[in-house]
Amino acid sequence: MPDDDTTDAAREEDHEVPVDDEVGAALVERFDGAVFVSSHGQPVVYVPRDAWHDVAAWLQGEQQFTQCLDVTAVDHLVDEARIVPAGVEAERYEVVANFLSHPRNRRIRVITEVPTDDPAVASLTDLSPGASFAEREVYDLFGITFAGHPDLTRILMPDDWVGFPLRKDDAPARVPVTFKGDPSPR
Amino acid sequence: MSDPEGRRLEAQTDEGAQQLRPLSAEGVHRELVMTGGEWPEPDLDDTMIINMGPQHPSTHGVLRIMMELDSEMVVRAKPVIGYLHTGMEKTGEELTYVQGATNVTRMDYASPLSNELVFSMAVERLLDIDVPRRATWIRMLLVELNRISSHLLFQATNGMDLGAVSMMIYGWRERELTLRLLESITGLRMNHNFIRPGGVAADLPDGWQRDTLDLCDAVERGVGEYDTLLTQNPIWRERTVGVGVITTDEALALGATGPILRSTGFAWDLRRAQPYLAYDDVEFDVIYTANGDVFDRYQIRLYEILESVRIVRQCVDRMPAGDYRTQDRKVTPPPRARIDESMEALIHHFKLFTEGFRVPPGETYVAVESPRGEIGCYLVSDGTAKPVRLHIRGPSFYNLQSMDAMVPGGMFADAVAIVSSIDPIMGEVDR
Repeated sequence: MPDDDTTDAAREEDHEVPVDDEVGAALVERFDGAVFVSSHGQPVVYVPRDAWHDVAAWLQGEQQFTQCLDVTAVDHLVDEARIVPAGVEAERYEVVANFLSHPRNRRIRVITEVPTDDPAVASLTDLSPGASFAEREVYDLFGITFAGHPDLTRILMPDDWVGFPLRKDDAPARVPVTFKGDPSPR
Repeated sequence: MSDPEGRRLEAQTDEGAQQLRPLSAEGVHRELVMTGGEWPEPDLDDTMIINMGPQHPSTHGVLRIMMELDSEMVVRAKPVIGYLHTGMEKTGEELTYVQGATNVTRMDYASPLSNELVFSMAVERLLDIDVPRRATWIRMLLVELNRISSHLLFQATNGMDLGAVSMMIYGWRERELTLRLLESITGLRMNHNFIRPGGVAADLPDGWQRDTLDLCDAVERGVGEYDTLLTQNPIWRERTVGVGVITTDEALALGATGPILRSTGFAWDLRRAQPYLAYDDVEFDVIYTANGDVFDRYQIRLYEILESVRIVRQCVDRMPAGDYRTQDRKVTPPPRARIDESMEALIHHFKLFTEGFRVPPGETYVAVESPRGEIGCYLVSDGTAKPVRLHIRGPSFYNLQSMDAMVPGGMFADAVAIVSSIDPIMGEVDR
């Protein structure tokens, strides 16, 4: 067990040269602007938004990542301590996809920054049809659109809903709850 | 006795009416039972769109399926969800990490302990704390008991959906015993809030070994009975074999995990592939089959009950002594006795339950194998006591999409069998 100083130093070096994950290293090599970080021992790659679809296609086609497990998003509007690795320009939203390679038994997480004024990213449904529900959910709850999605409609909220509930500036109690004897809306 | 299947088939083919489908998925050739002959090609100019659900009893809650039908044949099916959406991910952002487990446990209400486990493991990874060995084994015992009760629920409802109504009663009989044991351990039949960041809420009660072993015997006896009742039952086979076939490639592309993926001949189980808790320390087999049909998914879940019983027995044998939660005072409140004698302990306890504990900034994704497949928790912290983002990758949410590959081309009645075999829990789909 190395003492704390050396692990910290090793961690800092990881930011510079990703050596502990071969896929991450190859990805940074292959795509300009991609930044590799090790997040609690898990390989994470921040990629530019325009490379989003290409990275997924590359992972699937050349790196045997057999399944796109999950697509989700994060709204960082009110973060108190946002961690963004060096070389990544922080935007309000992050779209996050988790990939799993069954033959190689490894995972990788790909994150891209999505700005407020143009909340859009390429859809992965042509590569992985299973991403369809997930992208609809992100659209429904965050208002991020996915270019190329065949059926980008609301999935969890009612079709006529106004607003995107998981955005941090969406007031949770905007719709008053009308219980009998309720003193006032919260 | 050499070929019971062949003899049964012969016995059933009198009157030229009943022809059992071949057992393997290859060459499954749909034939009209009553009239003979091939399925006609669907007439796409003359279709009808009807809704199944959201109040249909076989949709396991409030799933609505829009189906385009050509007479009895389903041309397309589109699941419409959201009827049980209660904004639990949003709620999760408003709750502290101490309260978080109460929220996530309500998502997949048939296997609440898996949800608590994945949430707790994600929080622990961000906190970078270790859980004592005994807590790990208690967690494993509980999630396996929960897997048993969840699969028993599946056996019961799957039987009822397909007309084997007595199966509902038998499945419920053993499930009730399982829930009673879980109640004696956790205090609640469901939504236990028992697995918490740092360990579990309490130690195992006195006499849990005897109760657990009694349950194991009862469940094994019960599974034997279901097997006798259904597996070789010609009506059951007629309803399930060759119905709702999905291939490995389709399942992977559609994000399906768990029994659906394993039914296609793909032996992938996170407990084996990426062991967590103490799964690398116990013996069990990953059950998988090759045909990818409704029958296979029934069989996988049936035999997974027995594998879970195997793990539970090992837990009883080998439960380590020690603490049931971490002694890290950052996440674990002081012992009850200390609160009576120490003001600081009382304040500490109060602060922990009102303000919660702070989690260092960062993000992580943790996945475990729930009875339905890979359940994942993506957790983002900004250093406060509440998460910035709590996302649960519900296996049912993704598995539901595999309907696209299974339903079209089949009969309307098969759609009921297929939805049932996906075993979706709408609380988790809609969150």
